[in-house]
Amino acid sequence: MSLLAVEQLDARHGQLQAVRDVSFAIEEGEILALIGANGAGKTTLLRAVAGAHRIAAGRILFDGGDVSSARANRRVGLGITLVPEGRRLFAGMTVEENLLVGAASGRRGRWNVDAVLEAFPMLRPLVKRRAGDLSGGQQQATAIGRSLMSNPRVLLVDEVSLGLSPVAVEQVYESLQAVIASGATIVLVEQDLGRALRVATRVACMLEGRIVLEARATEVTREEVTEAYFGLKRPRRSGTP
Amino acid sequence: MANELAQGVLLGCYYALIACGLSFMFGVLRIINLAHGSIAVLAAYVVWVIAEHWNVSPFLALGAVVPVMTAAGWLLQRTVLERSLRSGALTPLLSTFGLAIVIDNLLFSKFGADTRSMAPNIGDLAFASWNLPGGVTIGQLALLTAVVAVTLLGGLQLFLARTPLGRAIRATAEDPDTAELVGIDSRKVYAAATAISMVTVAIAGTFLALRATFDPYAGSTQLIFAFEAIVIGGTGSLWGTLIGGIALGVAQNLGSQINPQGFLITGHLVFFAVLAARFFIAGRSPRSMVRALLRTSP
Repeated sequence: MSLLAVEQLDARHGQLQAVRDVSFAIEEGEILALIGANGAGKTTLLRAVAGAHRIAAGRILFDGGDVSSARANRRVGLGITLVPEGRRLFAGMTVEENLLVGAASGRRGRWNVDAVLEAFPMLRPLVKRRAGDLSGGQQQATAIGRSLMSNPRVLLVDEVSLGLSPVAVEQVYESLQAVIASGATIVLVEQDLGRALRVATRVACMLEGRIVLEARATEVTREEVTEAYFGLKRPRRSGTP
Repeated sequence: MANELAQGVLLGCYYALIACGLSFMFGVLRIINLAHGSIAVLAAYVVWVIAEHWNVSPFLALGAVVPVMTAAGWLLQRTVLERSLRSGALTPLLSTFGLAIVIDNLLFSKFGADTRSMAPNIGDLAFASWNLPGGVTIGQLALLTAVVAVTLLGGLQLFLARTPLGRAIRATAEDPDTAELVGIDSRKVYAAATAISMVTVAIAGTFLALRATFDPYAGSTQLIFAFEAIVIGGTGSLWGTLIGGIALGVAQNLGSQINPQGFLITGHLVFFAVLAARFFIAGRSPRSMVRALLRTSP
């Protein structure tokens, strides 16, 4: 039984169907990189899984249970947490307060403020600073740390590198490696193809709301992914658990 | 002059007390609760009934009313405000306005138009005072009101800064959608915030009944003073509410020295002056005026 399974999911933005008939599953400890061009439906899919976007059809199964109608906060309590696009930190609160708010679900586990500061050392001198005053990279680290505070079983990370300088991206990914090394299960939306292929165990490419390629990261070439990204090749599904 | 200033500060602390719940609710839920004054008067009547019927101290009666108001606040949020909020910004205004009319008229039908006061229930405390050098007189009840107001505002500030529920309330106030994404149940947080607000309203209503007279339609005046204190001090800011209340109280007291009618007019003038200054600073366009009016001070 997969930890997270999405079955024939549809999601809309008004009249626009952003996600069409999407199915995928992820096992415990896997890193699934979800890639695709702007408007491909990645963020909508991730938000639908997190409960932040109402689904039009399909099911979301978590640990065997149907969570399709559960509210976002309830899903966090079950172990599904989203690092939203644009960080969405509580700007008026300090870094420490943002992290503490992340523990609101009360889920117990290895992640607490000390563990987050150990994984993201750049945050240690900033704990008393207002989150709104931080740089993009520091904000992204805080956003990931805040999500880890809920001790998720599946971490959904949307656009890690969006709007960050190359140095900041490098720093955030360095810390994210520590999270990955801890055995976390992650669904990662990423525009940077090379980086996605390096960290992921599996890759899914979305085009116009559909998954057009799904394969193990070790079994797919960069050219194949690029072709799927631009819709130059027919859909391929392999390596699904 | 020194005495007038002191009386203004003490009166302002009462305004801050009555405005506390309104400010808290606006800061968290972004609702201007037009039933605020009427709920304060309702609480005053409930405390008065308990104090009169069982012949107990109003403070003891307040202790009994607090859990009832907590439950009422929770219920108000879940049954009226939550539904209203889903229908846009105007609906909560209309629904709380309607609630105010219902409360006022229910109180009128039950208690009639007679004015009441609980001053007789607290003996000397109602009029006892200390005479200080410089002709300054400090009423014991007025000082108690000020101490309660500062303690309540400070306590709420501390609660928001230091407790998990306080942080959840601040997070939800800042971004309810993201709060849900970190595991906060925003519906429960809103209900808790309304319950807290109702407790502060009960305390304010009791002090209204102790320091003055009240009748079923006294709520609207209390709402106006509370609203003015909040706008002067900056909406959504608890310490700002205290400063706004004091500014209003001092203005009213100084105004009454110029002319007996000046008490209310000077207070309203200060309110309009602050509002106009905000509009001016915000850039004068109608949209920016509204934004300035609703601006939250940190």
